[in-house]
Amino acid sequence: MMRRLMSNRLAVPAILSLLVVGLFFVMPSSFYLRVAALVWISALAVIGLNLLMGYAGQVSLGHAGFFGVGAYSVAILPAQFGLHPLVSLIVGALAAALLAFLVGRPILKLKGHYLAVATLGFGILVFMVIGNEAWLTGGPDGMPVPRLVLGDWRVRGGEAWYWITGALMVVGSWIAVNLVASPTGRALRALHDSEVAARVVGVDVARYKLIVFVISAVYASVAGSTLALVNGFITPDAAGFLHSIQLVTMVVLGGMGSVLGSVVGAAVLIVLPQVLTAFHDYEHLLLGFLMMAFMILLRAGIVPSLSAAFAGRRA
Amino acid sequence: MAEFLQFCASGLTVGAVYALVALGFTIIYNASDVVNFAQGEFVMIGGMTTVFATAAGVPMPLAILIAIAAAMIIGLLLHRLAIEPARGASPVTLIIITIGASIFLRGLAAIVFDKQFHSLPAFSGDTPVLFGGAAILPQSFWVIGGALVIVVLLWTFFNRTLTGKAILATAANRLAARLVGVNTSFVIGLSFVLSAAIGAIAGILVTPITLTSYDVGTLLALKGFAAAMLGGMGNPIGAILGGLLVGLLEAFGAGYLSSTYKDAVAFIVILAVLFVMPGGLLGRASVERV
Repeated sequence: MMRRLMSNRLAVPAILSLLVVGLFFVMPSSFYLRVAALVWISALAVIGLNLLMGYAGQVSLGHAGFFGVGAYSVAILPAQFGLHPLVSLIVGALAAALLAFLVGRPILKLKGHYLAVATLGFGILVFMVIGNEAWLTGGPDGMPVPRLVLGDWRVRGGEAWYWITGALMVVGSWIAVNLVASPTGRALRALHDSEVAARVVGVDVARYKLIVFVISAVYASVAGSTLALVNGFITPDAAGFLHSIQLVTMVVLGGMGSVLGSVVGAAVLIVLPQVLTAFHDYEHLLLGFLMMAFMILLRAGIVPSLSAAFAGRRA
Repeated sequence: MAEFLQFCASGLTVGAVYALVALGFTIIYNASDVVNFAQGEFVMIGGMTTVFATAAGVPMPLAILIAIAAAMIIGLLLHRLAIEPARGASPVTLIIITIGASIFLRGLAAIVFDKQFHSLPAFSGDTPVLFGGAAILPQSFWVIGGALVIVVLLWTFFNRTLTGKAILATAANRLAARLVGVNTSFVIGLSFVLSAAIGAIAGILVTPITLTSYDVGTLLALKGFAAAMLGGMGNPIGAILGGLLVGLLEAFGAGYLSSTYKDAVAFIVILAVLFVMPGGLLGRASVERV
């Protein structure tokens, strides 16, 4: 019963929609709505990265680079060329896709840790360009992002952004679920299991890796643009190495190859530091400890481990 | 020419530290397949413990021993409490655990020590040695010489002692090593202790030049990892070569091109090398079995 429900392509987006709507009514203040909006934004980027890591089995330690491209396009394009933020978001996503296409070709030939270090290098190069070209990006101090105006509506406040980011995340999960169920998704899983075997049965391995790399870059870019619009300000840290690591941790913590897991992973790593600030100096100590504890006890990630335990008890 | 020598000296000094971090990565990776991103924290622990022990009145040589011992104990605890319980988990899960460990250790250092920058007095004074027009700090000789001594000691340990050979056997084939009576769990624990000691020594040697604080580990782990990959993961000579190369590239990049893009130079070269040699400089091509 449970399994049939989960295999339906609408199940995951439906669960997430219920979550977004349901949570809205229990949120006590607009501060909580803001934190939730941050979770939805990170979840969007993590869903994309999970397609690459969980389904195609390719690691990227430089995804914050694409996040930064998206974030800075909604900051730079309206300021320099007077483009509408929405148009800038789309241009940013196209730029990230093009960048992923160009970089992905040579990089994705590498395997395992070599791929990790190459994507790491790519991310650092993007970060350095953003941090150093102060005439364009404001340098390390960051730059302001113009408010999003749709028609007569100036989008502002926790409530509006809660719904917009929630909707974006649900749409992102719907696209991801459909992609996974498509022939492309099957090809990706095949090359995850064994590239040689996949190639033998006729999967164009290089092409599919590149496709999913580009798709995940677009997810990251859109998430980056949204974050910049919500915050109204952007700093190079959004494209930094630590942010890349954070995204990868969210994927693994929530569960590789699980769309729901992506959202859970994002929620844990966004909410936890907010809660832990109450512990002041012990914040990082506890965060590191909890990360280790989660991964040791739920080594397949939170969602897959718990659902396996749940299914085991049932059967 | 003086300029060139100057950049060489500073590049080799920093490179020697990267090489030691990369060597630490390699030793743990060979024994256990774990990429230990907490490697940089050992460097931090070495430097910080020495700083605080000397500040508490402990004489320098004793402080150094305490720092190395502290790092070794933490390395052992890291293996026993975080890596061993997760035995059999996927490589990426283990990587996240070591990242968690590095955040934990950084948090611990911020509490036990503080969040300030600290330095140590140079071991043999601050008067630069003039060499072909380049001014070289005496401490640079300590760093490069120290790295050299460690490499020689390691080589002897791995090739001349039974325990060292047990580590090599475990690296080559864990199951076969266990079958001939090697206690692989002990060997993997030992590899963590050894890497921790190497990291701590690197931290102590370089602190008089580059200062230290609770969060210097992140960047060092990143550079050390990149250096290990540049040389070819799992190859100790590759790790040393990669470390020195990254250090030199940074120094020359900062000196001749632009100091703001010095890290970029190193990574562009790493990317270029990997495109041509996907297994690193000294790595072997991996073959996938189906």
